[in-house]
Amino acid sequence: MRTVLFIVRKEFVQIFRHKVMLPLIFLMPIIQLVILAHAADYEVRNINLHIVDHDLSQYSRRLAGKFQASGNFILTGSSFSSQAAFDEIQKGDADLFLDIPAGFQRSLLRESRAGLQLSVDAVNGVKAGLANAYATAIIQDFNEEVRSELAGPGAGKPSLAIASSNWFNPELNYFTFMVPGILVLLVTLVGMFLSGMNIVKEKEIGTIEQINVTPIRKYQFIIGKLLPFWIIANAELAIGLTVGWLIFDIPFVGSLWLVFGFAAIYLLVVLGMGLFISTVTETQQQAMFIAWFFLIIFILMSGLFTPIESMPPWAQQITKFNPVAYFVEVMRMVLLKGSGLMDIKRHILVMGGYALAVNGLAVWNYRKRS
Amino acid sequence: MPNQPAIDVQNISKRFGKQVQALEDVSFQVQPGELFGLIGPDGAGKTALMRILTTLLLADEGQARVNGWDVRKDYKLIRRNVGYMPGRFSLYQDLSVEENLQFFATIFGAAIEENYGLIRDIYSQLEPFRTRKAGKLSGGMKQKLALSCALIHKPSVLFLDEPTTGVDAVSRHEFWEMLQRLRQKGITILVSTPYMDEAGLCERVALIQKGRILSIDTPANIVGSFDKPLLAIRTDNMYRLINDLRQFESTHSAYPFGDYVHLALDRPIWPEAVHAFLAAREHTGIEIKAATVTIEDSFMELMTRS
Repeated sequence: MRTVLFIVRKEFVQIFRHKVMLPLIFLMPIIQLVILAHAADYEVRNINLHIVDHDLSQYSRRLAGKFQASGNFILTGSSFSSQAAFDEIQKGDADLFLDIPAGFQRSLLRESRAGLQLSVDAVNGVKAGLANAYATAIIQDFNEEVRSELAGPGAGKPSLAIASSNWFNPELNYFTFMVPGILVLLVTLVGMFLSGMNIVKEKEIGTIEQINVTPIRKYQFIIGKLLPFWIIANAELAIGLTVGWLIFDIPFVGSLWLVFGFAAIYLLVVLGMGLFISTVTETQQQAMFIAWFFLIIFILMSGLFTPIESMPPWAQQITKFNPVAYFVEVMRMVLLKGSGLMDIKRHILVMGGYALAVNGLAVWNYRKRS
Repeated sequence: MPNQPAIDVQNISKRFGKQVQALEDVSFQVQPGELFGLIGPDGAGKTALMRILTTLLLADEGQARVNGWDVRKDYKLIRRNVGYMPGRFSLYQDLSVEENLQFFATIFGAAIEENYGLIRDIYSQLEPFRTRKAGKLSGGMKQKLALSCALIHKPSVLFLDEPTTGVDAVSRHEFWEMLQRLRQKGITILVSTPYMDEAGLCERVALIQKGRILSIDTPANIVGSFDKPLLAIRTDNMYRLINDLRQFESTHSAYPFGDYVHLALDRPIWPEAVHAFLAAREHTGIEIKAATVTIEDSFMELMTRS
């Protein structure tokens, strides 16, 4: 036990001695959190709209006005030719254009029906989908208005009105949703890289050779290496949560103890993976590549950016082995919903098993002799 | 057990991959308190042997014992009781001199004060730089610190892998003086070096090449075993000189030695005969003198013979 403490002390001395390390570990993630939380917002607001109004009637103007009033669209131009509108899209100045044909109002009044053309630049699929959805909603809304005006109130086909209310995040605040998840990523990044680079660094500079001839036991060495980063990553989580609370007003509905309790187990998994990578590689460069390989998969399949439910079934199976997905879910459940210990029991068990397996593998694979 | 050797190596072989035979059937013994040198060029297998004896590498075949402990089974005891200084500086460069020493003392469960007597000579020279980071020390200072760290737990056997490689001549000399003092304190020392001139400072040496031991003896005996007449020769064209000498009828071997070419002869002949031979081949500035046999000459001889 004493030996472990000496290794931990040595690690801390080494980490804090480097002038770049402290800002790297603590300041950069905070900056990332603040920036990313603003960037990772799915609501598509500033869609550039181009209108081609061949009709120039009262109704066509009303429809155009509705688009502008929605807040999601910015009118960047209008013209009288579809070709000109298409050129705008080609140039990237417009994301979509609405083509209102001549006689739009007339056929609407006479025949109670009229056609419209909506062309969306679909290079960015997500944006195109949302733009299309927003535009369709506006046109439908316009349709309802016109219909009730023309036929008089109470007439026309009965229709269902859907009013939704959002639970746990009533204002659909993206910060509330994203910040806990981003925080998970940052803590994971720092933990995995610090531990992943550590033993391999000792290999690279040769110090491992001197350590290996000492009576230090394998488990002492691994624990001595894990513990400092475990403490740092937990401290980082605490700082990140404070920032989330102060700047982004994240609700802390559930118990913080539960969050940190889960983080304690989760970090063992992340650090254990880092250590395992460290034991299978020879240089920091190799370790870096392997760590990135896993991190990219873990992050993109964590359910933070795209819901796991919308992934294909085989991909959903993969996410069952993704520790990041578990922690993102637990963070959201506990912080936003107030889930209790029993609600995240399954997550805790899975992480616990994972931690044992990964660290067992790391200790087993770390060889003091070749 | 009386007279149990401190290091006992028997028929050790080690192969890296399919191509490289690092060690082949190596056997030797080092007596307690002996300063034993492993002399050989780079790639001879010195480091592999050191690493097998310090339990860092497993031999493919053969047995090795340190203080009677088997390197395979009793590795824990060996690690606790030997000191090892790898060829590459292996201390923490970002820790200070003092922190390094403290760290290695504590992981061995030793206190610096306890064994300070052993390292006083060496460490006292480092004392003014106590708070300097190890990475910022000079080459010689680094070696002294590494030696201090390898000694801090009072090992009975000390393994030094090329301790003087890349160290200036003065520091090298100092370092060997320190080793002599350590030997007087009863510590068995196995030291490897590519420098032939350091061989003479050991009690016994093993000449090793391509994973095989060519000879084990005292430096004096190894030098004495060289039984050929030896001449040191130089002319204005040294490159042509070697090639020409190799065609001389009485030549046993010719190889560069410092500013001269050493010519070992199969039979004693007059230097004038060599002079005439070289003059006939249009050499100018010919200088021929009798050479004193050194351990390097013996080594070259053993190498050509094997």
